Amino acid sequence: MKVHVETTINSEPVELLAEPRQSLLEVLRDELGLTGAKEGCNNGNCGACNVILDGRLVNSCCVLAVEVSGKQVVTIEGVAEGETLHPLQQKFLEEAALQCGICTPGFIVAAKALLDREPEADEARVRYWLAGNLCRCTGYDKIVRAVLGAGAEMRNRASNTSNRGRTNGY
Amino acid sequence: MVIEERKTYRVIGTRPIRHDGIDKVTGRAQYGADIRLSGMLHARTLRSPHAHALIKSIDASKALALPGVKAVVTGADFPEVADSIEDMGEAEGSLRDLSANVMARDKALYRGHAVAAVAATSVHVALEALALIEVDYEVLPAVLDVRDAMRSDAPLLHERKTASIAGESEKPSNVAKHDQFAWGDLEDGFGQAEVVVEREFTTEMVHQGYIEPHASTATWNSDGQITIWTSTQGAFTIRSQASGILAQPISRVKVIPTEIGGGFGGKTLVYMEPVAAILARKSGRPVKMQMDRTEVFEGTGPTSGSYIRIKAGATKDGKLTAVQSYLAYEAGAYPGSPVTAGAMTHVAPYDIPNCLIDAYDVVVNKPKVAAYRAPGAPAAAFAMEQVIDELAEKVGSDPLQFRLLNSSKEGTRGPGGRPFKAIGHEQCLRAAFESEHYKSPLEGPTRGRGVASGFWFNAGMRSSVTVSINPDGTVNLIEGSTDIGGTRTSLAMQLAETLGITAEDVKPTVVDTDSVGYNDVTGGSRVTFASGMAVYEAGMDMRRQLIARAAELMGAEAEELEYRDGAVVHKTDESKRYSFKQLCERIFERGATVVATGSVVGRGVGGAFATHVVDVEVDPETGKVDILRYTATQDVGTAIHPAYVEGQIQGGVVQGIGWALNEEYYYNEPGQMLNASFLDYRMPTSLDVPMIDAVIVEVPNPGHPYGVRGVGEVPIVPPLAAIANAVYRATGVRQQKLPMSPRRILETTFGLE
Repeated sequence: MKVHVETTINSEPVELLAEPRQSLLEVLRDELGLTGAKEGCNNGNCGACNVILDGRLVNSCCVLAVEVSGKQVVTIEGVAEGETLHPLQQKFLEEAALQCGICTPGFIVAAKALLDREPEADEARVRYWLAGNLCRCTGYDKIVRAVLGAGAEMRNRASNTSNRGRTNGY
Repeated sequence: MVIEERKTYRVIGTRPIRHDGIDKVTGRAQYGADIRLSGMLHARTLRSPHAHALIKSIDASKALALPGVKAVVTGADFPEVADSIEDMGEAEGSLRDLSANVMARDKALYRGHAVAAVAATSVHVALEALALIEVDYEVLPAVLDVRDAMRSDAPLLHERKTASIAGESEKPSNVAKHDQFAWGDLEDGFGQAEVVVEREFTTEMVHQGYIEPHASTATWNSDGQITIWTSTQGAFTIRSQASGILAQPISRVKVIPTEIGGGFGGKTLVYMEPVAAILARKSGRPVKMQMDRTEVFEGTGPTSGSYIRIKAGATKDGKLTAVQSYLAYEAGAYPGSPVTAGAMTHVAPYDIPNCLIDAYDVVVNKPKVAAYRAPGAPAAAFAMEQVIDELAEKVGSDPLQFRLLNSSKEGTRGPGGRPFKAIGHEQCLRAAFESEHYKSPLEGPTRGRGVASGFWFNAGMRSSVTVSINPDGTVNLIEGSTDIGGTRTSLAMQLAETLGITAEDVKPTVVDTDSVGYNDVTGGSRVTFASGMAVYEAGMDMRRQLIARAAELMGAEAEELEYRDGAVVHKTDESKRYSFKQLCERIFERGATVVATGSVVGRGVGGAFATHVVDVEVDPETGKVDILRYTATQDVGTAIHPAYVEGQIQGGVVQGIGWALNEEYYYNEPGQMLNASFLDYRMPTSLDVPMIDAVIVEVPNPGHPYGVRGVGEVPIVPPLAAIANAVYRATGVRQQKLPMSPRRILETTFGLE
């Protein structure tokens, strides 16, 4: 009764057999060993299981595994490029934006989904966007600062890249 | 912002990247639910749907017949254990009660009380099997509120008598304990009073709300060895509790602590660990158990709801003359509320000449409470700090100046009667008074500014570490304190300071109960303090050993050498010198090595004070309270890693904001919690709070080599009262019940029927 699913996870093609009742979170963690996404509530209220599905932020506990057939999934394991941390990961470390760390993968994935589109997001926008992610340790202060810092870093890199491009063009 | 002068350090006070950071930002860190063993089964728990019921029979035959089911346990599988006193991490309690809380025997005492568990080849099969277990209950009347439970005609949870100062009571009751604290002459004190305030307050049960649900995995080998992987604040505490409940020698139990996704005191008791072990024994396979979020709310330990009455008097010029307090706390289903801590802490910030406090620990048909960040203190401060605020107003004093006039200081009677040593309440009050925040104007018709103070004892207890050198000049630090908020790094920094090396050259590892000396829980704000002392002791031991080795290398006497700035130096000939790194290399070249240990009972604990300032705005249409600005001052002794100190303060404040404004166990009459999800149990989100300004005050603790006090708990003490005081200034209405939800604000202030 299992369903054959062909999908792409962190840019790698993946084939799997999933029961129709299995959530994407369950399959990521229990079948594929990608335990970076966490189960905090299993009903879409804490964001600890956040992944990006075809560019859109989702709670993987509320997506069925069979639904990701033919789609692109990005999990926390796919955020860094090899050993190079994403600016968000680096800023979370520098700003001490984690204590226990259980919510951290979800926050980083959620913030990536925001900054990929809006690296200029301000504090109000960041707080609004992250309201689907619960953190019980930090009081959010340092998380918000880390996301704002990562946004600035990403804007910097983008402008450096385009400046370089222009220089090369001449 | 860091206030106060202090000693200069090389590593302490800097902000290195935490050692476990990369694992935690990349998803590699292994938490409780991430454990996966070969051949592992998955187990789930069946829980009582009734708040109070006799369990007449349990028939699991249909569940056992379901393909994929490998084992079922009920209370009948648990050994009878003695009614001995057991270490509960941050408190003590009866082992028999703890065992019955883990798995109900003849009676279910709260909705969510475990009555059976199933291990199966998959989670889904286990869940299907739970539905096939037939339990015959005889439902009994339930009692949910502390004052109802104290009535003589209340339904009894246990046939137990009240322990009190006057001895045991005549007849059984739900009052487990009555404590009393008295000093001075109350009548005389109130006789001197020119203003008196008397008010009563109630608070509801609230949960720690850690984001990681409990998860435990166990194996039980045929040679009797039991291994438990679990997300806990105290591996050694869990070992002791599990061995007691399983009636197995402690040496047969090894507990491997996983990374922990928050605890705040709630992960100090066993829940599934002994159940998973029995399922493992019965099935002959490793068993992993997890809770879902509803089980965490209904089946683990929140903190007490309370009823508190305070009468306090002062002279016209603002000197406190007398305080009388009555506190009754809900313990949940078994005795052990933190009422005594509430009783002792709420008066600690002040010099009160005459005082009488009665404290009652009361069982009700709700989950057995567990520790929650400064257990017992926030509810008592919610009451006391509002009474103080009202007295200040009545005598026409600024609320911070009123507190300053009455503040405890070195020499004031401390909790338990002994005088305080160096403490920082006055410094916190001054820092709050002088803050930009307090000096700034606040305008607007429904805006108000509130202040409140808080005290927490902090804990010492036992810590042990092992330290060894590597040939490349780095150091391994083996410790047994679960790292919930960066303590690998705060300990590594103290070792680095002691040895004169960098924090990055220390490699901290948290190990299992077989691999390091005894460590008490990560709780009581004690790890950076007490494990820090063990680290210091190990570092000093290592320095002595390194001096001895260097003496051999130099052909000198050890007495001629000293350890200074990360090197062993000849006292009279400074050209004779080995840096730490050179010495490590040479020691290994000579086929030797150095290992040092530190093991302490953390004496010299320094109590922590905090003073908070908050601005709120109350929406008259919706009743919603918005936090506009928040400043928290706190005496931390010495901030080892200021960023993580700020983080503790900010996190404690926001938990306090949740407790003040939204969080509560909301029950219907039969005793069902109606909001047992993160949707309905409304914890603060990033959108609900502003940046939290943490003002670090440093009054070094004379009882610690680096002046450390505990940091983690006291920041949750003042927020409830600070916000209530702010709401009062905004609306003119005193808030005597928590939470100050929109509905309650509308009812108390804006005339909603």
